[in-house]
Amino acid sequence: MPTRIFGEPIKRAEDPRLLTGRGRYTDDIDLPGQLHVAFLRSPLAHARIRSIDVSAAREMPGVVTVWTYADIGPCQRRMPLLIPHPDLTHPYTRYALAKDEVNHVGEPVAMVIAESRYLAEDAVEAIVVEWEELPPVVDIERAVQPGAPLVHEELGTNVAAHYVGIVGDPEGAFSRAAHVFRERLIIERSAGMPIETRAIVAVWNDVEGVLEVWDTTQAPIVIRNALAALFGLAPTQVRVIAPDVGGGFGCKIMVYPEEVLVPYAALTLRRPIKWTEDRLEHFVGTNHERLQIHDAEIAVDAEGRILGIRDRFLHDAGAYTPYGIIVPIITACQLPGPYKVPNYHVEFRAVYSNTVPVSPYRGAGRPHAAFVMERLLDRVADELGLDRAEVRRRNFIQPHEFPYDVGLIFQDGAPTRYDSGNYPGMLDLLLQQMDYDRLVREELPRLRAEGRFVGVGIACYVEGTGIGPYEGATVRVEPTGQVYVATGMPQQGQAHKTVLAQIVAEELQVPVGSVQVFEGDTAHFQFGSGTYASRSAVVCGSAVALAARKVREQGLQLAAEELEVAVEDLVVEDGRVYVRGAPERGFTWAQLAQLANPLRYAYAGDLVVRPRPWTGPTLPPGKQPSLEATEYYSPPHATWASGAVGMLVEVDIETGQLHIRKLWVVHDCGKMINPMVVEGQVHGGIAQGIGGAFYEKLHYDDNGQLLNASFMDFLMPTAMEIPRMEIAHQETPSPLNPLGVKGVGEAGAIPMPAVVAAAVEDALRPFGVRITRMPLDPDQLWRMTHPESS
Amino acid sequence: MKPPRFRYYAPHSLEEALAVLAEMADEAKPLAGGQSLIPMLNMRLARPSLLIDLNGLHELSGIELDNGALVVRAMTRHRAVERSPLVAEHTPLLAEAIRWVGHLPIRTRGTVGGSVAHADPAAELPGVLMALDGTVQLTSRRGQRLVPAEDFFIDLLTTAAEPDELVTEVRFPSLPSRTGTAWLEVARRHGDYALVGVGAVVSLAEDFTTVTEARLSFIGVGGRPVRARLAEAALRGQPVAAETWRAAAATVRGEIDPAGDIHASAEYRRYVAGVLAERALALAAERAREGARQ
Amino acid sequence: MTAVGTERRVIRVVVNGVPYEREVEARLLLSDFLRHELGLTGTHVGCEHGVCGACTVLFDGEPVRSCLFLAVQADGHAIETVEGLAPSESELHPLQLAFWEKHGLQCGYCTPGMLMVLKAFLAEHPNPTEEEIREAISGNLCRCTGYQNIVEAALSAAQLMRQS
Ligand SMILES: Cc1cc2nc3c(=O)[nH]c(=O)nc-3n(C[C@H](O)[C@H](O)[C@H](O)COP(=O)(O)OP(=O)(O)OC[C@H]3O[C@@H](n4cnc5c(N)ncnc54)[C@H](O)[C@@H]3O)c2cc1C
Ligand code: FES
Ligand code: FES
Repeated sequence: MPTRIFGEPIKRAEDPRLLTGRGRYTDDIDLPGQLHVAFLRSPLAHARIRSIDVSAAREMPGVVTVWTYADIGPCQRRMPLLIPHPDLTHPYTRYALAKDEVNHVGEPVAMVIAESRYLAEDAVEAIVVEWEELPPVVDIERAVQPGAPLVHEELGTNVAAHYVGIVGDPEGAFSRAAHVFRERLIIERSAGMPIETRAIVAVWNDVEGVLEVWDTTQAPIVIRNALAALFGLAPTQVRVIAPDVGGGFGCKIMVYPEEVLVPYAALTLRRPIKWTEDRLEHFVGTNHERLQIHDAEIAVDAEGRILGIRDRFLHDAGAYTPYGIIVPIITACQLPGPYKVPNYHVEFRAVYSNTVPVSPYRGAGRPHAAFVMERLLDRVADELGLDRAEVRRRNFIQPHEFPYDVGLIFQDGAPTRYDSGNYPGMLDLLLQQMDYDRLVREELPRLRAEGRFVGVGIACYVEGTGIGPYEGATVRVEPTGQVYVATGMPQQGQAHKTVLAQIVAEELQVPVGSVQVFEGDTAHFQFGSGTYASRSAVVCGSAVALAARKVREQGLQLAAEELEVAVEDLVVEDGRVYVRGAPERGFTWAQLAQLANPLRYAYAGDLVVRPRPWTGPTLPPGKQPSLEATEYYSPPHATWASGAVGMLVEVDIETGQLHIRKLWVVHDCGKMINPMVVEGQVHGGIAQGIGGAFYEKLHYDDNGQLLNASFMDFLMPTAMEIPRMEIAHQETPSPLNPLGVKGVGEAGAIPMPAVVAAAVEDALRPFGVRITRMPLDPDQLWRMTHPESS
Repeated sequence: MKPPRFRYYAPHSLEEALAVLAEMADEAKPLAGGQSLIPMLNMRLARPSLLIDLNGLHELSGIELDNGALVVRAMTRHRAVERSPLVAEHTPLLAEAIRWVGHLPIRTRGTVGGSVAHADPAAELPGVLMALDGTVQLTSRRGQRLVPAEDFFIDLLTTAAEPDELVTEVRFPSLPSRTGTAWLEVARRHGDYALVGVGAVVSLAEDFTTVTEARLSFIGVGGRPVRARLAEAALRGQPVAAETWRAAAATVRGEIDPAGDIHASAEYRRYVAGVLAERALALAAERAREGARQ
Repeated sequence: MTAVGTERRVIRVVVNGVPYEREVEARLLLSDFLRHELGLTGTHVGCEHGVCGACTVLFDGEPVRSCLFLAVQADGHAIETVEGLAPSESELHPLQLAFWEKHGLQCGYCTPGMLMVLKAFLAEHPNPTEEEIREAISGNLCRCTGYQNIVEAALSAAQLMRQS
C-alpha cells in the first residue's frame, strides 16, 4: 500500500530552526563593512518642497552620504505601476525619493547612509527642509465633491478609477421587487501589520559580478526583474532572496522605494547596505488597506429570494495607485458571495487621498464584500421575519449548479466562475456544530431572561483563490536519494517547505524528510510572481505535483528499461521502484538517479554501475542525466474556497465591552494537503478578522496625520481578546487543478466583520440598532445602547 | 527608533545620585525601569544628555510596614509588589490594581517610583495612591519632603517633584477596620492603559448597614488621577444599598470632566466612570463585610 | 561636574552561560547588542516600544523587553535568549517540542519572545489554566497563529515538564 502523506497533519520542516533561534530573517544578516540607512520622511500630508539642505547632515559623525532625489540616478524614474487596469484612467505612482511634492505623511524625502543606524538617525535630524504646505485631502467623500482640493493637481481629479459592472437587468429587478432595502456600510482603514517590519540588505558581490539582495518581499522574482531592468543588469546578475520572513499579509508585495534605493546604494558605494524599517516608519511607509464606503441596496421577492443588488462605493486608494485597483475589483466581484444574484449593478470610484497608499491586506477587498452582502441578507431576514440561516439557504447556489458564473471579470482578467462547492452542506455543518436550533430557541432566551445581552450571528463567504498567471517548480532526485524542489514562491510562515514536500513525497513515495524545498531565491528558480491571493498551494502546489509526476514517470521508465519489464508491472512504494510481487527486483530512487547519469560516482553510489558495451553516445539524444523536471501550472481561472462562521457574543451594555463567547468555523478549501497547516491559517485569519471587527483602525485626522502610529494605540488583539475557535472542514475538491486544492491563506479574515456585526446586532435587538460600520468599539456600542446619554 | 546620544551614569549610592542630580538637573533624567522612558528615547521624544541609572541603588527597593503604613521604596518592581504577601494583606487595593499594569515583562522591570514620577493620567498606581490618600517621599540634596498624593499629581506627566528631586518612596496609610476596597477598570485590550479605571474604598459602620466613609479615585478621566469628592461626601452616612451606589454614580458623572481621544469619547468616559464607581462601591462594601467576618 | 557619566562603557555580561566583554555605546539597546554585537539574532525586534514582546529575554531569570533596556544596564548580569533554551544541539526544550508538535508558530517571528516569557511563567506556574497562559502571553503579539495553538503548546509543554 502506498503511504499516505498528502493530507496528513505532518509537523513542519521549518520549525526546528525557527524554534532554536536559527532562523535567518533579513535584519539578522550583518555583512562585513555594512552601512545603514535611515530616511527622512515627510512630516506633512501634502506639501511642496521648497528646498532641502543636507549639508549639515553630511558632516555628521559616521555619515557616508545623504541623498535626495537629485542623487539617485536611475531611481529617478517613477515607481512602476504593477497592475494596470483599463478603468484605472488616472494612475499615479511616486518617485523613490520625493521630487518636489509629498503626498502623505511618511513619504521618503531623503536617505542617509551611515556607519550605524544610530548615527544615520542622528543625521536625519540635521536635514533641513523648507515646505510649502498644500491642502490635505483626507475625507474621500469630500474628495469627490466638485471643487475639492486635489491630491495630484495635474490629474485634474481625485478619482483614479471609475468602474461599473452590470449583470442581468438590475433596474428591472428593482422595479418588480416585493421589497427593497438600503444600507450605508463602512469598513475603516487598517493594515496587515506583520510583527517583522520590512528590511533590505544589498551587496554587490564583486567576485561573482552579482547584485545580491535579501528582502522581506513576498515577490522576490518581481523585485529581481525590476532591479535588473532599472540598473541595466542581466537578470542573472541580480539575485533576490526572501529569507525567513516574519509575516506578510499582503503589505510586503510591492516595489517600494526602499527596495530600489538600498540596492542602488550597494551598487554605487560598493559596500553592503542595510535598511530595516522601524515600527514608526512601518505605520506610515508600508501600505494600508480597507477603507470603503458602500451605498448598497438589495431587491428581494416576498420569500426573501434575491432579485438584485445595487452597490455604489467609494474606495480609498491613498496617495498612489502602484497596485492598481485590485482591492475594489475583488470587492465588486466577490460581493455576491455564495448566493445567486441574478441582477447586479456594482460601481465604484477609487479615490486619491493624502494618506498611505492602499494595496491588498489579507482578505483584499473580500471582508468588505462579505460585510455588505451578509449585512443585506441579515436585513432581509429581519424585515421579513425569517431566520437568518433560512434566508441564506433560500439564496445559495446549489451544488449541481457548478461551474457557476457570477458574470463579472475577476482580478486576474478571467471570468468570475465558481468551480465547485457545497454551500448548503457547509451551512448545515455549521448549524450542526453550533447546535443552532437549541442555541437560538433555548440558550439565548434563557440568557436574555437573566438580563444578559447575548446574540448569535452567522456569515458565509467565498474566496477566489489560486489565481494566475502561473508558477513553476523543479523537482529533482539527487543521487543521494534526497529530493530537491525549487520554486519561485517565498513564504512568510505558510509552511511551504512542509506542504510542497508532502506533495512530492506522496508522488514518489519517499519519506517527507528526504524532500528539501528551496523557495524565494531567484538563484533557485527564475520564473513566477509571488505569494499572494491565497495561491501558493493551488498554483505552486500544482506545478510541484506536475513536476513530481514527471519525475515519477522518468523513474518508472528508467527502471522498466533496466529491469526489462513493462512500466505497468512496476510499483512505487517505500522509496523504491520495483516489480509488482517481487520487491527484490527494483531500485531505490537514489539508485535510479545514479543510473540516469552515466558518470561514475566517487562516493554517493550504493549501486555498482555496470560497465556497458558501447552503443553510441553515453547520453543519447533526448535523454537527460538526471531524474528532473521543471513544470509550470497556470490555472484556467480562480478556484473558489468557501466557509461559514458562527459566533455567540455578549455585550456589557454599560461599558460597551464585547465578549466573544463562542466561535465556530466551517471551512472548505477543497483537498487539504496538511490539515494542521490549514487550521493554522484559518486561526490566524480569524484573529486578524476579529482585530478588524473590534480593535484595529488607523485614525487619520483632518490634516492627514496618523494619530495612532504605534502598537500602544493601534490595537492588535492579544491572546486575551481572541477566543477559542472550533473548526470543522468540508472538502469539495477543485476540478481545476491536479491536486483538487483551493487556497486558504486569507479565508479566516473574510467573514469576521460580517459575523461580529450580525452577532452584536442580535445581542442588541432590544435597542433596535443596526450595525453598519466596522470596526466597532466600546464607545460605539455604548452609544447604541444609551442614545439618551450621547 | 534608536535613542539619541546621552551620557550614562550609574551611581552606587543615593547620595551620589542626588549629588549629580543637584548639579545637572536640567539635562539629566533618572532611569528607573525604563518602561516609559526608553520608549520615549527610542522615539526621540525625550533628549536628556545624562541618564542617571537608579537600578544599582538597592537602598531604594523594598516593601515594609512603618507605623502601620505600607512603605514601598521607589525602585521596587511592579512584580515585587504583585508577589508581596505584605501588600496583599495590608493594601489589597494596590495588589489588585498592580495586575492591571501592562504585562508580565513590563511589570518585571517597571518600578513603583517610576510609575508615580511618570504620572500618566491613566496609570494605575497614581490612582491607587490617590484613593488611599498616600504620600510621596521626595528626596534631594536639599532635603526630604513628604507630599500628599493630592498635591503631588499636578497634570499630564507633571508632578510636584522638582528636577533635582527623586521619588524615594511612596506610603499607603493603613485603612480603618470594616473597610473594603476594589479596583475596576475598562481598557481596550488586556494590559492597555485604562480607558477609565476606579479605585473604591468603603468603610462601614459597626452594623455594616451604613457607609461611614467612601473614596473614589479615577484614572483616565483627566490630566491626573481624580477624586470624586462630591460623591464621596454624599456617600457618607448612606445605607449600604444598590440605590446608594447608583446615586453615587450619578454624582460622579456630574463632577468629573474627562476628555475624549481616539479610543473613547468624553461622554463615554464620563458614563463608564459612573458604571465602574457603582460596581466598585458595591464590591468594596461587600469586601468590607466579608473582611470583617473572617 | 561636567564629566559625569560616559557615552561609552565596557560591560561584562553572561549570555546563555557564555561570558562576553564588550565596549558599547551607552545608548545601545540590549536588543541591538544581542543581535548585532553578539550575533544572537534569535531575539527579534518588532516595535522597539515595548508592546510586541518579540524581543523578550530573561534577565537574571525574569522576562524583560530587551528593546527597553540599555546594554550597559546588563553589565554584571546574566541574560538568557532563545539560543540558550535547548539543553543541547540535538535536544529541544519541552516548550520547543510542544510548539513544534502543536503548530504553535507560523512565521516564527514572535516565537522566541513567546518561548522566553513562557519559560519564566511555567517555572512559577507549573500547572496553569488556559486563561492564565493567555494572560501570561498577552504581552506578546502574534499576527499569524491566532494564539490558539500557542496556548495548546504551552499547556502541553507544562504537562511535559511536570512529567519530567
Ligand atoms: C507595553 C507597556 C504597557 C504598559 N501598560 C501600563 C499600564 O497599563 N499601566 C501603567 O500604569 N503603566 C503601564 N506601562 C508603564 C509602566 O508601568 C512603566 O513602568 C511606568 O510607567 C514607569 O515606570 P519605570 O520604572 O519604567 O520608569 P522609567 O520609564 O524609568 O521612568 C519614567 C519617568 O519617571 C522618571 N523617574 C523614574 N524614577 C524616578 C524617581 N525615582 N524619581 C524621579 N523620577 C523618576 C524618569 O526620569 C522618567 O521621566 C506600560 C508600559 C509598556 C511598555
Ligand atoms: S521589540 Fe521589544 S517589545 Fe516589541
Ligand atoms: S508566528 Fe508569525 S507572528 Fe507569531
